[in-house]
Amino acid sequence: MPENAQPSQQPVLRLQELTRVHGSGATEVHALRGIDLDVFPGELVAVMGPSGSGKSTLLTIAGGLDTPSSGRVIVEGTDITTVGRKQLAALRRRSIGYVFQDYNLIPALTAAENIALPRELDGTSARKARTEAVAALAEMGLEQLADRFPDEMSGGQQQRVAIARALVGDRRLVLADEPTGALDSETGESVLALLRTRCDAGAAGVLVTHEPRFAAWADRVVFLRDGTVVDQTIRSQADSLLTGQAAER
Amino acid sequence: MSIRHGLLALLERGPRYGSQLRTEFESRTGATWPLNVGQVYTTLSRLERDGMIAQDGEDRAGHVLYAITDAGRAELKSWFRTPVDRTSPPRDELAIKLAMAVGAPGVDIREVIQSQRRHTIQAMQDYTRLKAQALEAVPADRHEVAWLLVLEQLIFQTEAEARWLDHCEARLIRLALLPEPGGRPSDTARGTSPAAPSDAAPPAPVDVPGGAPA
Repeated sequence: MPENAQPSQQPVLRLQELTRVHGSGATEVHALRGIDLDVFPGELVAVMGPSGSGKSTLLTIAGGLDTPSSGRVIVEGTDITTVGRKQLAALRRRSIGYVFQDYNLIPALTAAENIALPRELDGTSARKARTEAVAALAEMGLEQLADRFPDEMSGGQQQRVAIARALVGDRRLVLADEPTGALDSETGESVLALLRTRCDAGAAGVLVTHEPRFAAWADRVVFLRDGTVVDQTIRSQADSLLTGQAAER
Repeated sequence: MSIRHGLLALLERGPRYGSQLRTEFESRTGATWPLNVGQVYTTLSRLERDGMIAQDGEDRAGHVLYAITDAGRAELKSWFRTPVDRTSPPRDELAIKLAMAVGAPGVDIREVIQSQRRHTIQAMQDYTRLKAQALEAVPADRHEVAWLLVLEQLIFQTEAEARWLDHCEARLIRLALLPEPGGRPSDTARGTSPAAPSDAAPPAPVDVPGGAPA
């Protein structure tokens, strides 16, 4: 548990004994072999591992885009592997945000409309959804992007809008799959800094990346190999690195 | 690391006393390479012996002040002009450790790599957190700018190490010295190589320079 999480807080995302087998018989592939992972509010967890280690599978299952062969996926207290299709769709709309490598904004909608869409689909009035979307952008200092279409924005701007969309309304779980993959390292870094800020403000984030530089923004780094968690970092006190001056004061 | 030239560079900005030099040195490098006062005074007396600095009276509190001489300025200029030598790299404990782990009986090289990877990435997390703090406001003075540059150097260095570790693991897999990912343990080299004793102590990671003490 991260130090900023209260012991009384429930994890936003809880994966229990998760397995995923593709194919069967001789061609059987075990993508996940028993994953346990809790992600608390305020926590950003990075998942690293070589290609084929199961990190993207983990994320698609956590987001309800794929179903596990066994195990439980509990989002905001609900096991999404046991609910019906309709309820799952509603849960995905209300509780889970995604950020993909290729931004996935709808080209025909402006930034504000892209952010408002999931809220409108969920029954919020168009006007209220628009107000929320603009507020979400403003919170990130991006209000000037509200009426721009995706092709009028840089990759970094589109990815920031995608983060705003992922966390609009009551959503506080953001699942990011190589969100910096298409960005130069400076822009990638600033997108990560934004994701970090959103988690500091109370969201729970899972970041899949193969870049140590981006994983380093996380509170915790989980290492996958062959579908199992082989290791993870623990959060240490960075204060010990502060200046001698600070220590003397 | 050249304390000698670091102190000359600080003295070029005007006369200073010993503990003041130490404080300024550390505020620029974030105490990544902490100096003790003894080191500072030893270095100052050597610089004085070599004619690079000279005593320059006392301040009101009675601290002995030192000033840079022309010879000191010339030395400093030449230091800035000369690149740091990279053709005779210092001994790198991690490189030596991995070199010795290749084919060593009873050593799981993957375990050695992973234990270092965890340690290195954890150090990167610390540095990144400090960097985020340092960037919360625009650096106010040259000390803060200097500290940011040092911090980013530590991030680049640990990043290079983490990438090299990934590369080592991939290289060993390609050379069939480690089992392929996704392969079942029974039909890979893992099953045929002598297993590491399960009670073997986990390898101690090499400390990252300036890293948080464990």
